[in-house]
Amino acid sequence: MDMRTPLGKVRGLGSAKSGTEHFWRVRTTSLALVPLILFYVVFLICYAGRPYEEVIAALANPFVSVITVLTILAGIIHMKLGMEEIIQDYFHSEGLKLSLLVLNSFFSYIVGGLCLLAALKIAFAG
Amino acid sequence: MTNVTKSRPLSPHLQIYKFVPTMAMSILHRITGAALYVGTILVAAWLIAAASGAEHFDRVNWLFGSIIGQLVLIGYTWALIHHLIGGLRHIMWDVGMGYEKHFANRLAIANLVASVVLTLLVWAAVFLFV
Repeated sequence: MDMRTPLGKVRGLGSAKSGTEHFWRVRTTSLALVPLILFYVVFLICYAGRPYEEVIAALANPFVSVITVLTILAGIIHMKLGMEEIIQDYFHSEGLKLSLLVLNSFFSYIVGGLCLLAALKIAFAG
Repeated sequence: MTNVTKSRPLSPHLQIYKFVPTMAMSILHRITGAALYVGTILVAAWLIAAASGAEHFDRVNWLFGSIIGQLVLIGYTWALIHHLIGGLRHIMWDVGMGYEKHFANRLAIANLVASVVLTLLVWAAVFLFV
């Protein structure tokens, strides 16, 4: 027997009130990161040890800039969600858990913001 | 109520179970993920230095080019490749494939071997190009 109300069924959110969004976002960002990271591995092999002007010129290429921004966005979301899972698994005291989750958000968005600003500066100003 | 919560029975812990490759790769997936999380500081340092001018860029490049820097970067490369292949394995399980235990264990070992081999290939390519 199903005790859920029709509205509850339609919303599809369980007791955690967030449904499968966390799971789904980890997977979509992970799929996006496969080609993005492969591109960057090849890029870094090609430009490791190259002079500043050459690396900047390559990074300022519009195609590379878009890849850089997408990699940062997908990477930051993916790592924030992954660390949330680790924190929720290993920290059981409510206060410590919440503090670490907040710190995780701050760390992720600060690192992501700095990377994005740097990538956009290179893209627009060289 | 807190006492009731504390005296609840716990499920058997790690040392109860026989060691299998999939469990080792499971925890390694999490460890490499956490390492990559910290490693984004290196990515940020490199990008910010590149955006700040030749002087800063050369300084970070010197740091990454030192022996310790190279060792950290090789470790970062391995963590990245291992986590990427492990992620593909998880996607396979998410779509409902690859649950047969011998296959899953062989794939877990292949994951480890492939990550080491690919890391060596990437760094061989880096040293060949430089």
